[in-house]
Amino acid sequence: MIPLSWYLLLSATLFCLGIVGFLVRRNLITIFMSIELMLNGVNLSFVTFAHQWHLVKGQIFVFFVMVVAAAEAAVGLAIIIAIFRARATLAVDRIDLMKL
Amino acid sequence: MHLILFIVFAGLCLAGALNLLLQKHPINSALSLVVVMTSLAVLYLLLGAEFLAAAQIIVYAGAIMVLFTFVIMLLNAGREERTLGSKAAVALGFPAVAAILAVIATVILKAQDLGSVSLSDGITSTEELSRVLFHELLLPFEVTSVLILIAILGAVSLARKGHGDQEAGK
Amino acid sequence: MNGPLLFLPLIPLLPFAGFLLNGLFGSRLPKALVTLIALLAPLGSLAIVAHDAYLFWSGAITFPVIEQGAPTWISVGTLHVDFGFVLDQLSLTMLLIITGVGFLIHIYSAGYMAHEKGYWRYFAYLNLFLFFMIVLVLAGNALLMFVGWEGVGLASYLLIGFWFQKTSAADAGKKAFVVNRIGDFGFLIGMFLLLANFGTLTFSEIATKIGENPGWTGGVLTCIAICLFVGAAGKSAQIPLYVWLPDAMEGPTPVSALIHAATMVTAGVYMIARSHAIFDRSPVALSVVAIIGAATALFAATMGLVQTDIKRVLAYSTISQLGYMFLGCGVMAYSAGVFHLMTHAFFKALLFLAAGSVIHGIGGEQDLRKMGGLRKKLPVTFWTMTAGVFAIAGAPFLSAFYSKDAILYAAFQQGTFGRVLWAVGLFTALLTSFYMFRLWYLAFFGKQRAPELHPHESPWSMLGPLVILALLSIGGGWIGIEKFSEWLAPAVGTHAVEAAGGIPEWAFSVIAVSMGLIGWLVAHVLYFAKPDQPAKLAGSFSVPYKVLVNKYWVDEIYNALIVKPLLMISRFLLEWVVEFAIIGGVVWLLAGIALLTGAILQKWQSGNLRSYAAWLAAGAAALLLFAGAVLLAANGVDIKWAGWK
Repeated sequence: MIPLSWYLLLSATLFCLGIVGFLVRRNLITIFMSIELMLNGVNLSFVTFAHQWHLVKGQIFVFFVMVVAAAEAAVGLAIIIAIFRARATLAVDRIDLMKL
Repeated sequence: MHLILFIVFAGLCLAGALNLLLQKHPINSALSLVVVMTSLAVLYLLLGAEFLAAAQIIVYAGAIMVLFTFVIMLLNAGREERTLGSKAAVALGFPAVAAILAVIATVILKAQDLGSVSLSDGITSTEELSRVLFHELLLPFEVTSVLILIAILGAVSLARKGHGDQEAGK
Repeated sequence: MNGPLLFLPLIPLLPFAGFLLNGLFGSRLPKALVTLIALLAPLGSLAIVAHDAYLFWSGAITFPVIEQGAPTWISVGTLHVDFGFVLDQLSLTMLLIITGVGFLIHIYSAGYMAHEKGYWRYFAYLNLFLFFMIVLVLAGNALLMFVGWEGVGLASYLLIGFWFQKTSAADAGKKAFVVNRIGDFGFLIGMFLLLANFGTLTFSEIATKIGENPGWTGGVLTCIAICLFVGAAGKSAQIPLYVWLPDAMEGPTPVSALIHAATMVTAGVYMIARSHAIFDRSPVALSVVAIIGAATALFAATMGLVQTDIKRVLAYSTISQLGYMFLGCGVMAYSAGVFHLMTHAFFKALLFLAAGSVIHGIGGEQDLRKMGGLRKKLPVTFWTMTAGVFAIAGAPFLSAFYSKDAILYAAFQQGTFGRVLWAVGLFTALLTSFYMFRLWYLAFFGKQRAPELHPHESPWSMLGPLVILALLSIGGGWIGIEKFSEWLAPAVGTHAVEAAGGIPEWAFSVIAVSMGLIGWLVAHVLYFAKPDQPAKLAGSFSVPYKVLVNKYWVDEIYNALIVKPLLMISRFLLEWVVEFAIIGGVVWLLAGIALLTGAILQKWQSGNLRSYAAWLAAGAAALLLFAGAVLLAANGVDIKWAGWK
C-alpha cells in the first residue's frame, strides 16, 4: 500500500531535477537530456492519476507524450548537429548569436 | 513486496537523475538516463500500465536514448569545458526551482483523500487501451503520425551535409 | 425709454453690414454693386445722425441721451459693463464729422481707387473703419470705447498696408499698429486705475463721482489722466509716439485723408474731451498735455519744412495741428480743441484729397521736386487746394482762423506758463503758413519740372467732394467759438475765459494773421521769386538742414535703442531658450528615456540560453506560487481533491 503522494512526490522531484539540469549543465546534449527527464517526470504523474481514477485516457496521453518526445528528440538532435557544424562547439554559452 | 519494489526502483530513478546532473561526460549522463527510464518502466508496471511500460522501454530507452548516444558519438562530444556561465541561471534559477518544488510538494502533502496504490488494483489491459485509442481518439492518433512524418522530414533536412555549407556559403 | 426713436445702434451697424457684404462677397460682385453697398452704408448712418440732430434742435429730445437697458456685456463681481451708447453734443459733433466727411471720402475713393484690383477689399476695410470709429465715439463707457479704439487701429493697419505686396507698405502698417499698441498700454493702465478707484468705467458715473468730491485733486487722478494721455499720444501721434504717422502715408491717399487727418487721429482729442472731468482735477496732467501738445506742434512743423513728398508734408502738418488741439485741451479750453478738430477735419481732408487728385493727375508721382506749373492743367484741384492752404495758414474769416485763434487766446490766459505756450503756438503758425505755401508754390507754380508727366484733371467723383470740403473749409468756422462753446458746454464743461489783462481779443487775431502773412512772404520769396535760393540756403545752413531732413534721426534712435535690443532678446529667447532648451530638451529627454529603457532591456537579451531558462523557471515559479496561494486561500489549510467524476 503505497500512498499516492509518494508517486507524485517522486514525479515532482524528477521534474525539478530536470530543471536544475537544464540550468546547470553546459553541454547542449546534456541539456536536451534534462528536458527528457522532465517529460518523464510528468509522464509518471499522468500514469499515477490514470491508475487512481481508472482513466485510460491518462495512459493514452502518456502515449502521445512519448510520441511527441520522440519526434522532438529527432528534430532537436538534428538541430544540434547543424549548430555543431556551424559553430564547432557544443558549449551552450558560446552559442549566443541571438544576443542583441 | 510492493513497498520494496517501489523503494528500490524509485531510488534508482533518483540516483540516475542525480548522476545525470553530476557527470562530466555526456555519455555517462546518457547512460544514467537509460537507468532512469528503465526504472520508470518498472514503476509503470507497478501502477498497472503494462503497455506503457513496454512502450517506455521500446521507445524511450530503446530508440530515443540510442539516438542520443549516436549523436554523442557522432559529434565526439567530450568532457564539458569551462565556460563563462550565467549568473542569472544560478542566482535566479535555483530559488525558482526551489519555489516550484515547494509549491507542488505543499499541495501534494496537504491534499487529503488521495488514496493509495496496491498491487491488487488490477492492470489496464492493452485491449482496453487500444479500444479507446482507435475508437475515440483515432483522429489524434492519425495526426501524430503526420507529426512524426514532419519530424522525419525536418530532421533529415536539418542534419543533411549540405545544410551547414549553405549557411557558410551565403 | 419714451420719445422718438433714435436708431442709435443702427449708426454703427450699417457700416458693419457694408463691411460684411463687401468683405465676404465683394470679390464676386460687380464693381458698381460694391460701390453701391459701400456708399449706402455711410449715407445711411449720416441720414440717421442728421435725423437725430434735427430731433435735438427741434426740441423733441434732450441731451445727453443715455441708452437705458443696453445689453450687458460683462457682469463679474462688482464689474458691470454694458453696450451703452451715449449721444450728447460732443458725440453728435464727432458723428457729424465722421459720417459727413467719411461719406465724402467714400465718394472720392470710388473715383480714386477705380482701377484697383482690391477695390472691394478697400471699401470693406473703409466701412469697417467707420463702424469702429462710430462705436468709439458713441461709447458710454471706457471699455466699449477701447473696443472702438483698437478696432480703428486694426482698420488703420489693414488700410495702410493695403498694397501689402509692397514691403514698405506692409512695414508701415506693422509700425503703426505696434506704436499704437504702446499707447494702448497706457490706456489700459488708465482703465485699471479707473476701475480700482471708481469701481465703474461709465463716463457719466465717473463724472458724477468726481463731482461729489469737490476737493479731490491730483494724486490718483493725475496718474489716471497721464495714463489716458499716453494712450491718446499713441493714437493721435504726439511726442514720443508720432513716428508711425509719416510712414502711414504708404496707404492710399483717401485713407490718409479719412483716417490720418480727419477722424482716427482725433480720437485721442475726443477721449480727453470725454474724460475732461478727470483732467480738470489734475493741473499736473493738464500741463503735461499742453506742453507735449505745443512741443509736438513745433517739432513737427520744423520737420515739415524740408519734406519733398507732398503727402509727408501734409502728414507732419497733421501731427502739428494735432498738437494744437492737445494744447487747447491742456489749457482746459476743450471746446476750442474740439472746434479746431472740426475745422481741421475739413481743411486737412481737403488738402489730402486735393493732393491725391494731383497725384492721380500726374500718374502717381508724389515728389514735389518733380511737380510745378500744374495750376493751368488742374484748375479745380488748384482752386480747392488753394482754399485749404489759405485756411490752414489762418487767413481771416476762413475756418482755421477762428479755431486756432481760440486755442492761442485760451493759452495766453494761463499765466506766464501759458504765454510761453502762446509764443510757441504763434511761431508754429508762422512755420505752418511757410511750409504750406511752399507746397503750394512748388506744386502749382513755376515751370513744369518733369515734362514727361501728362497732367490731367480728375473725374467729378473726385472733384465733387473737393468742392464741398472747400466750401466747408471756408465757412466751417463761421459759427464762432462762443456759440460753439455754448453748444458743447453741457458735454465738456464751461471754462470762463477772462479778458487777457486789457489786451482786446482782436489784437491777438491781428498778431496771428500777421504771422501767417510773414510765412507766406518768405515762401513767396524762396519758391516763386528766387527759386534757386532754397538750395543756397540749404548749403549755407547745412547742419540744421541735415538735421531736419533726417527728421532729427528719431526713427534711427528708436531703432537702435528699442527695436534692435528687443529683436535680439526675442531671437535669443526663441532660438536658445524655447527652441533649444525647452523643446529640444523635452524631445531629448523623451528620446533619452526610450534609449535608456532600451539599453536596460537589452541586457536581458544576452543570447545566453541558460539565463533564458532561468527566467523561464522564475516565471513558472511565480505563476505556481500565485496559483498555490489562491488554492490555499480558497481551501484553507486542507486541500480536498474533487476527484474525477
